[in-house]
Amino acid sequence: MTEEGLFRAALRSRNLVVGNLLAAAFAIGALLSFFWTPYDVTELAIATRLQAPSGVHWFGTDHFGRDILSMIMVGAQTSIAVAIVAVGIGMGIGVPLGLAAAARRGSLLDETIMRGNDLVFAFPSLLIAIMITTVFGPSALNAIIAIGIFNIPVFARLTRGAALPLWTRDYILSARVSGKGPVRISVEHILPNVTNLLIVQGTIQFSLGILAEAALSYVGLGVQPPTPSWGRMLADSQTLIAIAPHMAMFPGFAILLTVLGLNLAGDGLRDLLDPRIRNAQP
Amino acid sequence: MLRYTVKRLGSLLASLVVASLVIFACIEVVPGDPASFMLGINAQPDTVAALREELGLNRAPHERYIAWVSGLVTGDFGTSYTYRSPVSEIVVERLAISLPLAIYALSLTILVAFPVGILAATRRGSLTDISVMATTQLGVAIPNFWFALLMVLVFAVNLRWFSAGGFPGWDEGFLAAVKALTLPAIALALPQASILARVMRSSLLDTLSEDYIRTARAKGLTARQALRRHALRNALIPVLTIIGLQFSFLLAGAIIIENVFFLPGLGRLVFQAISQRDLIVVESVVMLLVFAVIIVNFLVDLAYAWVDPRLRSRT
Amino acid sequence: MNSIQQSTAAFAVLALTAGGAWAAKSDATIGIQLEPPHLDPTSAAAGAIDQVLYSNVFEGLTRFGPDGSVGPGLAESWEISEDGTTYTFNLHTGVKFHDGTDLEATDVVFSLDRARAEDSQNAQKALFAGIESVEATGPTTVVVTLNAPQGNFLFNMAWGDAVIVAPESIDDIKGNPVGTGAFRFSEWKRGDSITIVRNADYWGAAPALEQATFKFISEPTAAFSAMMAGDIDAFYSYPAPENLVQFEADPRFTVLAGNTEGETILAINNKMEPFGDVRVRKAVSMAIDRQAIIDGAMFGYGTPIGTHFAPHHPDYVDLTGNAPHDPEAAKALLAEAGYPDGFETTLKLPPPSYARRGGEIIAAQLREIGIETEISNLEWAQWLEQVFRGYDYGMTIVSHTEPMDIGIYARPTYYFQYDNPGFQKLISELSVENDPARRSELLKEAQRTISEDYVNGFIFQLALTSVVDARLNGIWPDAPTQAVDLTGVSWTE
Repeated sequence: MTEEGLFRAALRSRNLVVGNLLAAAFAIGALLSFFWTPYDVTELAIATRLQAPSGVHWFGTDHFGRDILSMIMVGAQTSIAVAIVAVGIGMGIGVPLGLAAAARRGSLLDETIMRGNDLVFAFPSLLIAIMITTVFGPSALNAIIAIGIFNIPVFARLTRGAALPLWTRDYILSARVSGKGPVRISVEHILPNVTNLLIVQGTIQFSLGILAEAALSYVGLGVQPPTPSWGRMLADSQTLIAIAPHMAMFPGFAILLTVLGLNLAGDGLRDLLDPRIRNAQP
Repeated sequence: MLRYTVKRLGSLLASLVVASLVIFACIEVVPGDPASFMLGINAQPDTVAALREELGLNRAPHERYIAWVSGLVTGDFGTSYTYRSPVSEIVVERLAISLPLAIYALSLTILVAFPVGILAATRRGSLTDISVMATTQLGVAIPNFWFALLMVLVFAVNLRWFSAGGFPGWDEGFLAAVKALTLPAIALALPQASILARVMRSSLLDTLSEDYIRTARAKGLTARQALRRHALRNALIPVLTIIGLQFSFLLAGAIIIENVFFLPGLGRLVFQAISQRDLIVVESVVMLLVFAVIIVNFLVDLAYAWVDPRLRSRT
Repeated sequence: MNSIQQSTAAFAVLALTAGGAWAAKSDATIGIQLEPPHLDPTSAAAGAIDQVLYSNVFEGLTRFGPDGSVGPGLAESWEISEDGTTYTFNLHTGVKFHDGTDLEATDVVFSLDRARAEDSQNAQKALFAGIESVEATGPTTVVVTLNAPQGNFLFNMAWGDAVIVAPESIDDIKGNPVGTGAFRFSEWKRGDSITIVRNADYWGAAPALEQATFKFISEPTAAFSAMMAGDIDAFYSYPAPENLVQFEADPRFTVLAGNTEGETILAINNKMEPFGDVRVRKAVSMAIDRQAIIDGAMFGYGTPIGTHFAPHHPDYVDLTGNAPHDPEAAKALLAEAGYPDGFETTLKLPPPSYARRGGEIIAAQLREIGIETEISNLEWAQWLEQVFRGYDYGMTIVSHTEPMDIGIYARPTYYFQYDNPGFQKLISELSVENDPARRSELLKEAQRTISEDYVNGFIFQLALTSVVDARLNGIWPDAPTQAVDLTGVSWTE
């Protein structure tokens, strides 16, 4: 399919369009918040706290009188940054491991990597995340590491699974015959062929990362105040839910819509990039 | 098969040893002294020292590791620092809630996901399919602690159909206990059911497009007959794998939901134990959970290998 | 001879009037925030142990009343020798432990000796430090000899850490406490609740409640829902002040707002630069707007303080004027001290919401005068290690809930590292002083000294807010000690 054709197909995919629009809205909000927010999120105004949404504060104010719209914009930075870096860690370590395991199929290396993966999967992830932040103290960095670790086996498995059948293909065999080493073959021939799959999985892990960050900061283990984060906004809203429901609604919907957007985009991308499914479609 | 089993058993043991080392090392570096924490800010140094001695914290790390592991092997999980009763006893108490909750949530998940997934797959592209896909997307995207909060607000505080949380205990009657677990089970089941319904749908679509289904149809079976006799059974393999994963996740992963509904389950036990530095509880329970998952994986692998001999040559 | 003779009449009457009304409902479920780790009040610091057991299950020689006064407990009377070093306690007769054995003087000797033994695990071992010897001179007579006169020995013996335990029960005390109180321990559903039932053989006035259950709910939302849904009859020390407005508006509930012994302070590491300079500490104190913190973090519940002393105490001096909220003056002080552009420091916050919320507000207030704080939220275990024992912090917020604890400022190695020989002399004078007028004078002097040295930012006295079913009477509104004394609690029709 030509690039133009791919673009047309992308526009036809309802999932992709809606998903990208949702995700883009939050990305733009996050970007904008670097330069401008309606209000300063570190300034407290106890006198105007817990105000319902109005023309002055579109999303209302929180228990310290901070503007919730501004906090959601800045909070998007945190969510996106944590999730992106966590996925980056997962890919950066997981993909080479997966490639190596596939290249040395059946070897001790392969066995070690795969059993290591199983082992990481066997650990209860949230508990380990809590332990990591207990050891190193709560911070954005440690939330990233905690989420990132559990992304490694996901990408390692996916890469190995996708790479294994490729190794039996003719063009790989001819590359081997021409004397290319396994590392070079992996980088030059295998990696480009699994990229689509990685992009699709990356989008999904990205959305899971946002949910995980929200859960961690909800239990107080994410980025520290005064930097806003969606999860902590929800935690703060808990006891006020009956008198100031807007405090719970807006961050909740922010998480929901971002994750939804990314999942839809992931689905759309899979439909678009996975030829097996694309061809099967009527 | 025997050779494969022995080999697999070897790597199982290696995994367990590595897991125990990793867990022990994590616990070793956790800052904060259990004895100081228990005795508070007015404790005198000699009091703290006396307690450390009693808890066995003054021994060298390798001695404690060996003591811990040899205890595990003989079924002795140690004695909780804070509760001062055997960890196994505490775990059994907590499992009396976590296990039923996980089973309840998983039953709800299956009860919803199977029909919905099958319906969506058989009516692919229809309005039903589209709305199922949209709803399940929402179900996956909702943070479940937020959903739980909203349910408490509506069903416990406003409508008062359920109590807001807590667990009356099984001796208060089966129905009372089940009622107390209902909201938490729904909160846990929502994302899992959404995931499972999607897996069910795509797995069924895959099998429906396989040749033997086409053959069956060509032989004159109706779509429904083909589905029931052939497709469903084959589509269940990936579905069962997911259910296995979900069950082990539900057993330990309900921490946040247990907190929202103040249920004394296994997840909350570990969460509390971490902040109270009841390290022996943390390491033994985490080890137990890891052990359970590894064993399940091992059995699943054996089952697969038994069914499909090609897999045995993989390793 | 300086002899104090007191009878138990006052206490008995109090219990009778409170428990007099006959009500159809005879059990109560009380919510508390934390679960006791185990049930031995004499070997852990956890306040939850005392909340459940103090006075209900375990009793000491003396005891705290609802107003914090010290009255007779298991000792019906006592004599103090003229030199103030010998206390002779006369125990009540006919007191039985819950296991059926009689309380004897030897049990008191055992309990006190156990608490002060070398391998003792008592979290408040200092309470017993002045004891030279404990002897049983008769079946119900105990003589305690001190190595020096002690102004507050009777006060010390009223603590939950000084209760009398049955020697034969020590092996299982952590799971099965055996005391002498009006309730006996019945069941512990770990992670959920503890139930106590009325002790039919109680030596004093029988309590109105036949049974009481303490339910552990640490999540504020869960506490709110449980109260609103009627799952619990009272929540002692309700964790979320922001919900109290709703409870007050609801005729089903009564909100009790009382005092605690908790001075909430912005503790400053006096040995860490630039806090060694009193002008910097004064600037920090003046940057703080106490009322904004009380409103913002505690939703109005709390009393501003200007020193480390409880405002409801008769010897309290209002010193809030020493550090009025004045950001401009604070900036000038910083400039004078050599920090015209402010500086950076750390603010380490333990889990309670007064600290977490108060911390965010204080960080914003300090930013106004140019002090940038890096906030880190810690668990208690981390806080103990980093702040309390490691001195690795710039500032922290914590509520000191022990009663009459101004003496901590006389310990140069205490975590805020305040070292003032003048103040230390004052406190050592106080500890041996028995004359009430002179004691009061010394206490006031001590309050002034730390206030004028701006040792810490003194913010507010923590309020105790409990939410109670409007028909339930007798829950203590104040918290003179960590206790949820149910002996005087009853239902009205």
